[in-house]
Amino acid sequence: MSLLAQVQAPEIDYKLLSPVLALVGGCIVVVMVGLLRSQFVRRSLVPGLTAVTLLIAIGLTIWIWDPGDEEPIIEGALAMDTLTLGLSMLFYAAGLVTILLSIRADAPRVAGQGEYYALLLGSIAGMVVLVGAENLITLFIGIEVLSIPLYVLCATELYRRESLESGLKYLVIGSVGSATLLYGLALIYGAAGSMQFDKIAAALGGDELSVTDPLLLTGIALTMTGLAFKASVAPFHQWTPDVYQGAPTPITTFMAVATKAAAFGILLRLFGDALGLAQLDWAPALAVLAATTIVIGNVGAIAQRSLKRLLAWSSIAQAGYLLAGVVVGTNLGVQATVFYLAVYLLMNVAAFAVVVARERVSEHGDDLSSFENLGQSNPWLAWPMTIAMLSLAGFPATAGFIGKFFLIDASVDGDYTWLGIAIVVGSILSLAYYLRVVAAMWMGRYEIEMPSVPPRRVKPISGWSPEADTRAQPEVAAVAIICAAATILFGLWPDPLFDAARDVGTALSQLR
Amino acid sequence: MTIHLSIIIFLPLATGLIGAVLPRGYARWAVLAGTVAVLAYTIVLLADFDSGARGLQYVTDDEWIPELGIRYQLGVDGLNLFMVVLTAVTWVPCTLVAAFREHERERLFFFWLALAETAVLGVFMAQDLALFIIFFDLMLVPFYFLIGGWGTGDRVRATTMFVIYTLVGSLLMLAAAVALGVLATPDGGEISFSLAVLEQRSVPEGTQHWIVLLFALAFFVKAPLFPLHGWVPATYRSTSIPVLALLSAVLSKAGVYGFLRIVLPVMPEGSQHWQELFIIVAVFSILYGSILAFSQDNIRLVVAYSSIAQLGFITLGIFALEDKGAQGAVFQMLNHGLVVVPLFLIIGVIAARANGSQSLEQLGGMAFRAPVLAALFLIVSFATLAMPGSANFIGEILVLFGTFEDKFVYGLVASIGVILASVYMIRVFQRTMHNRVGPKVESREIDGINLAAVAPLVAVIVALGIYPNFVVERTERSTVQSIEAAKALSGNRPEISVIR
Repeated sequence: MSLLAQVQAPEIDYKLLSPVLALVGGCIVVVMVGLLRSQFVRRSLVPGLTAVTLLIAIGLTIWIWDPGDEEPIIEGALAMDTLTLGLSMLFYAAGLVTILLSIRADAPRVAGQGEYYALLLGSIAGMVVLVGAENLITLFIGIEVLSIPLYVLCATELYRRESLESGLKYLVIGSVGSATLLYGLALIYGAAGSMQFDKIAAALGGDELSVTDPLLLTGIALTMTGLAFKASVAPFHQWTPDVYQGAPTPITTFMAVATKAAAFGILLRLFGDALGLAQLDWAPALAVLAATTIVIGNVGAIAQRSLKRLLAWSSIAQAGYLLAGVVVGTNLGVQATVFYLAVYLLMNVAAFAVVVARERVSEHGDDLSSFENLGQSNPWLAWPMTIAMLSLAGFPATAGFIGKFFLIDASVDGDYTWLGIAIVVGSILSLAYYLRVVAAMWMGRYEIEMPSVPPRRVKPISGWSPEADTRAQPEVAAVAIICAAATILFGLWPDPLFDAARDVGTALSQLR
Repeated sequence: MTIHLSIIIFLPLATGLIGAVLPRGYARWAVLAGTVAVLAYTIVLLADFDSGARGLQYVTDDEWIPELGIRYQLGVDGLNLFMVVLTAVTWVPCTLVAAFREHERERLFFFWLALAETAVLGVFMAQDLALFIIFFDLMLVPFYFLIGGWGTGDRVRATTMFVIYTLVGSLLMLAAAVALGVLATPDGGEISFSLAVLEQRSVPEGTQHWIVLLFALAFFVKAPLFPLHGWVPATYRSTSIPVLALLSAVLSKAGVYGFLRIVLPVMPEGSQHWQELFIIVAVFSILYGSILAFSQDNIRLVVAYSSIAQLGFITLGIFALEDKGAQGAVFQMLNHGLVVVPLFLIIGVIAARANGSQSLEQLGGMAFRAPVLAALFLIVSFATLAMPGSANFIGEILVLFGTFEDKFVYGLVASIGVILASVYMIRVFQRTMHNRVGPKVESREIDGINLAAVAPLVAVIVALGIYPNFVVERTERSTVQSIEAAKALSGNRPEISVIR
């Protein structure tokens, strides 16, 4: 009794916490409902409830959206500021897309619908906690809640060796990353004497902690490494192609866009907020990592024929571009990173959606040859893919161009002009493989007449239904088309994204 | 503040989009009508142009992406007036010829052709550096698909090479441009890419050096100049004739135009620093292009290499940093474009008469039954080799005069190019039109469509030869203004104005 009296329950601002609560609540409901045996419940109600949960979270996020420097809630553990909320919008969008892409996929059926979607929601909740982390413990909890569902989701296609391999590989590498991260966090705590980001920053600002403190330096290095695993920054990227290729494609899509956004969210917050004053410690190292990642990612992609592997390598390269926005440690850099993350989501979702549509019907799976002459046989899929590829390569009139422009702008502004040039050199290398995909779709040999519906029913790679042809999966085509259209729209009229990025930037207003 | 220029730019794209939703077979007419309308509009613009006024006319200036300092800023002055006209004039015959050919996926083909015109017009009219680069890169997309989708032979490799070469240049230029915009911004100032603003602001000289070099890389690849012309042979072999004519006539000008519009006025110190290097590149291109043009068997490649030499002349004129040289260069930009289009269209006709062969070995004797074709070809050839009396002659003479002022030796070497030009052009003419009739050659008169496409262009060439001042007096003021700052730095003495 006396012990209990000593414990003071933290004050919780339930209004600000509401999106997280909605996600966790939805997660529990979905897993419970998923226990029911009816086909209707499993096939329709469970994904529907998941989508409703995400929509509620989106609504709550808009409700509590308030630009400015927010006080962290729960005794300074979690900041529900615009950085968290803005990035969580990306997670929700990625989640919704994943639901749509999963409807006809094999994975949820094999894994049990309830579990599949509940894990998805759990992972999203982890992401929100991660990017909102205001102390080292919350950071670690966030990253674990994010990762553990993903390890399982990667392996949900139980009958496929690649899927199991993907899950196991991700588990092993992810655990190594987590362990490294934990060690790093412990050392930072040891050096700064506090878990709280603001106290660490204050210690750096005062006399008690020097920026050359060996404990701090080692801590930063290990933390950086741990987060680099999650963001697939070279040289900690080796797992990415294998895991992306092996995982069910809807999950690959989710990992590619949402996990990346979450990892960059916490990089921005940790390095901008807690360690902002130690910029000289980490920025040069991070800049070298960025340049290395750009080169390795792009060179690695050149030799790929599998679209999933190609997009995996491309996502490594994109991580390098994004890192440039973190390196400069300015408010402009934060805005550019967030802007690019949003754009990155659109382009990649469009590309992955087309891959999903193709691999379900083509005997070549996600190989480049299943995209040959797509421009003739199925322009509604070929156009989104073309736009996605051109945007990833940074052609003008697409959002990818504006995003890269913004990142280069931020790099030069932050006195990292050479990093801006590295981004450009990376884009040049990337043309080699992005254009190959476009060429396969539009410039294949004319002699081969590809009917719009393949005549043979081949064993689909990850599709399940007998009617799994492009016409019978309108939701996948719709995702691709909408994302591609948005890519063009934001390429011509990026104001809304800029406004959002500026709002997000206010969360880290202490940065220059 | 007017909307005229926006209408001109986006009219082709609109017709392309309309064509895309029309039933099969109508897209070509929609796009053709669009190009004709653009031509009519530019002719009105030309008539209305006030050659006495200073600065830009028909200015459009709107905010576009304020966060990045990018404005939607368009304008026309003496520098780009004739580039716009050239684009409008050349697009009509090329679309006409294309409209009478059969294409797979026709609506797509004409959509790309229309988008290409929009992008090219945008490049020439943009008065904001970022907008210029956006159009400059956008230009590549339609040409990438046009070459790769409707070319011949090893087209995919050709188009990939073309795009990668060009984008290497223009992406580095993008980085340089962003650096220029950011570094030129004074403390507390708003970032801006507007050329007028950038001219007022200054960047440290050391920074200008590498920025100019990256810009030059992009423009030299596009031109193309030696040694950055690696994409030329494959691309020229594989592209279909109407597209190739446009590629050679208009796209190449976008590069050299960039020097006059952006590099010289905005970064005079940097331009002056590299003057010698750029002149050497230009002279090398003249010699290299001329010599290779002389040794080619494929007619397309003869023209391709002659273009390299011509673009060398233009660059030489610009970087002589003399009023006469620059004027000659601007004039020559127009002349080369006007000459190359009929040249390629005629090559297309010739190839059609020879079972698709374009090898000089197998051609010959075509003039016997085709006097009109031969006559047109003769006029165009004479114009290409800068026969006295042609506008090209005046252009080249101005360039050489400008060079002789201060860079005598380079001028002397460049003059060899003029001589070589007559050698290779006459060789082509003889081998195709005269001599014995080739084994598979059928001597037949030029058909109506191609005649309708070529004859007006030839008429314009002849008219310009008679009255070159029409162009010179409209371009003079802007041209002189463009090189003014760099010229002042190079210490050349002021001189009395041009031929008038």
